[in-house]
Amino acid sequence: MNDFPLFPEQASSVSPLVDGLYLGLVALTGAVSLLIWIVIFYFAIKYRRRPDNELAQEQEPPAALEVTWIVIPTIIFIAIFVAGAWVFFRINRVPSNALEVYATGRQWMWKFQHPSGQREINTLHVPVGRPVKITLASEDVIHSLWFPSFRVKTDVLPNRFRTMWFEATKTGTFHIFCAEYCGTKHSAMIGSVIVMEPTEYQRWLAGGSEGSLASQGEQLFAKYACNTCHMDTATGRGPVLAGLYGQSRPLTNGQVVLADDNYIRESILNPQAKVAAGFQPIMPTFQGQVTEDDLIRLLSYVKSIPAAGTQTQQVESPQSQLQSSGAPTATTTAAPTTAAPTTTAAPTAATTTTNQGTER
Amino acid sequence: MTTTTIDDAPFIEPSTKARRNYLNDEYGVLSWLLTKDHKRIAIMYLFSVTLFFVVGGVLAFLMRLELLTPEGDMFTSDTYNKLFTLHGIVMIFFFLIPAIPAVLGNFLLPIMLGAKDLAFPKLNLLSWYIYMIGGTFGVIVIITGGVDTGWTFYTPFSTQYSNTKVFLTTMGAFITGFSSILTGLNFLVTTHRMRAPGLTWFRLPLFVWSMYATSIVIMLATPVLAITLVLLMVERVLQVGIFDPALGGDPVLYQHMFWFYSHPAVYIMILPGMAVISECVAAFTRKKIFGYKFVAFSSLAIAFLGFLVWAHHMFVAGISVYSAMIFSFLSMLVAVPSAIKVFNWTATMYKASVSWQTPMLYVLGFIGLFTIGGVTGLFLGALGIDVHVHDSYFVVAHFHYIMVGGTIMAYMAGIHYWWPKITGRMYPEWWGRLSALLVFVGFNLTFFPQFLVGYVGMPRRYHAYAPEFQVLNVLSTAGATILAVGYLLPMLYLGWSLKFGRKAGTNPWGAVGLEWATTSPPPKENFHETPVVTWEAYDYPAFLKAMRETQHV
Repeated sequence: MNDFPLFPEQASSVSPLVDGLYLGLVALTGAVSLLIWIVIFYFAIKYRRRPDNELAQEQEPPAALEVTWIVIPTIIFIAIFVAGAWVFFRINRVPSNALEVYATGRQWMWKFQHPSGQREINTLHVPVGRPVKITLASEDVIHSLWFPSFRVKTDVLPNRFRTMWFEATKTGTFHIFCAEYCGTKHSAMIGSVIVMEPTEYQRWLAGGSEGSLASQGEQLFAKYACNTCHMDTATGRGPVLAGLYGQSRPLTNGQVVLADDNYIRESILNPQAKVAAGFQPIMPTFQGQVTEDDLIRLLSYVKSIPAAGTQTQQVESPQSQLQSSGAPTATTTAAPTTAAPTTTAAPTAATTTTNQGTER
Repeated sequence: MTTTTIDDAPFIEPSTKARRNYLNDEYGVLSWLLTKDHKRIAIMYLFSVTLFFVVGGVLAFLMRLELLTPEGDMFTSDTYNKLFTLHGIVMIFFFLIPAIPAVLGNFLLPIMLGAKDLAFPKLNLLSWYIYMIGGTFGVIVIITGGVDTGWTFYTPFSTQYSNTKVFLTTMGAFITGFSSILTGLNFLVTTHRMRAPGLTWFRLPLFVWSMYATSIVIMLATPVLAITLVLLMVERVLQVGIFDPALGGDPVLYQHMFWFYSHPAVYIMILPGMAVISECVAAFTRKKIFGYKFVAFSSLAIAFLGFLVWAHHMFVAGISVYSAMIFSFLSMLVAVPSAIKVFNWTATMYKASVSWQTPMLYVLGFIGLFTIGGVTGLFLGALGIDVHVHDSYFVVAHFHYIMVGGTIMAYMAGIHYWWPKITGRMYPEWWGRLSALLVFVGFNLTFFPQFLVGYVGMPRRYHAYAPEFQVLNVLSTAGATILAVGYLLPMLYLGWSLKFGRKAGTNPWGAVGLEWATTSPPPKENFHETPVVTWEAYDYPAFLKAMRETQHV
């Protein structure tokens, strides 16, 4: 890394767009500002006060100037808006083939969880050349996850999931900063994103984990006894969750809701808010009982249950699922985790958890 | 503080003791503390805001010292967090917002209107007391341990997590808001009701137009801040869920409410600066401001549009893509009236008689720096760039170019320009020019590197930072040192001038305006006889002719 950089590294697919817009604006506004200064100093020197011009000559510039410098800047400003909005759309539209990662912010560390189960603190491993979608939540105050080299940043809120994505275009290690002031150790809430070659990344993923996020979620699903009501058949007191994710469902109040990350979150923490049509508002709240990490696992599990009829193993034994404690991981679903390890060979001592910067 | 002024008062016009002015009309501490004279209240505000400016400046300087090295080795993180929080709160609530309206506006608005005083002199005095009570809360907070939420008080950090003096601080800001509201109310009513005969709306100095626009913003926006801070206190103290999700609230709601005030507050701070610049440009070019009506209406346009752009502080905070687009678009529009002003001031200098005296140097500095502040605002308004630079040092640099490069440069210009009117004494010109130069150089060295380090990736409010940011931070601290000298000098030579300064006549600049038609310092009732305005704004020949006639009478 350069000792004295004046420009950040370009390491994501949107970086050139943001930088292009930035440098374009630097050139445009720099030229206009320079022009203004030159004119001002030219006038200030040329028309400086001398004995023969104690009073101004009272010659007005043409009034048409007013219209000119109202209309032209307005057009330029709107053009800047359009360019900025275009880049913004590119930054916000998540590609459908994105790899999923979950991030949790808390005072004062970043926790990242991969669907395959790896957990990291203040370090994030991602492959180069593949879009990565991060689903974010905060355990306490507002944080903001910033990857300066990727030119993306998103505030992390304590009451909902947010998403951001990037596609790294360069391997290497880059900064992660918390950009929203969050208390004492705000400036220590930093970390590194390590961009790896895909093969290396696969090897890293293969190195040990506690089972996929979805399978961990399934255990929680049993632990919190969710499965006593949300059964696999429509006989339960709660709706069937299989295939729910991404679908629109009618509510008791006649509205229709899209079952996305935040709907599932709300249904766990505040179940009375949007009750599915045909069901009683009897579910207790899990606010305060389920941590953000567990919410992510539960979400991951709910997302992974395939729709009835499209799967084989899922509905095997409702009986065994009723046993709440120590649910056998052997019966976990073949969760469609995107980057399931393809090779089990030689787990090259890749650690699942690196911890840096959390100590004071 | 006030007693010093009283002691100094006899020196101000030593040779003409017979002539009464507002300074020597009455003596004694009570004659100041119970005064209803807008000019004396302005002087009391001058001392108060200067005190807070020094406090805020010292806090800033301590921060710059800490940031000399990447490690957080001078203060603890908690102390550093309190430094930037208090710097922001003191500078915004106790200096920038009252500075120009309560000092220069209070002193000049009635005189410019040809009035004897503001419409509600007692309310005016009350506003100073309210300000001092709010300020006392601020001082108590500093003495008893500080506050660490950032001046923005974002929830749920401020309501649930911070264990510092959040309640006292918000109480101070809440109280101080009422002093602004009273000042704004006074200005609005005075402008409507107390203009001298012949002083039509379009003969008003642009200073009055801009103060009028400021007052509207103050009246409409400040109550929202008051409500927001009350809700914050209610949640913090009574645990009523409003903003904290754990209690069923919404933290983003807080940001909407806070910025609904705090974005217009930016215009509360910059519009008075523009007011001063318009007067100084006219005076130091001896020329009518080009496009008078455009400049006047651009102030109102800023006041109006300023209410519609608050969520541009929240592009990455959790608002939808579509609302981000709307606020980005409106933010671009609010740049237009500011651009109109800059172009008109520039055009005014065409074939003018430009003086290079100190106030004009500050004006040139203002136009240069405000332009940079304005165009970098376009960067932040452009959504794609804001995602990267939001909450980085780029933002810090941008708003300091507006607040310091804009408002404080204008304040310095105004203080120098009207100093002879306020005190009856001239300041030493060469010292003035030197300080203007130091401020300009120091300012740019302090804040320009922050644009660069922000884009490279340094987040704001960081106690310790990555080593590659150090060079730019060292430059910034070096600049802050020069800037500090630039600000200290005027305090010294202006104080010196009270006793040793050359006596100023009625109109030392040869400027146009009712304030230059009365003696320096003005009599208690501002004018010996009610002026009649027969000239258009900044009409030099007509004004000089009218002055000659009244003197002959």
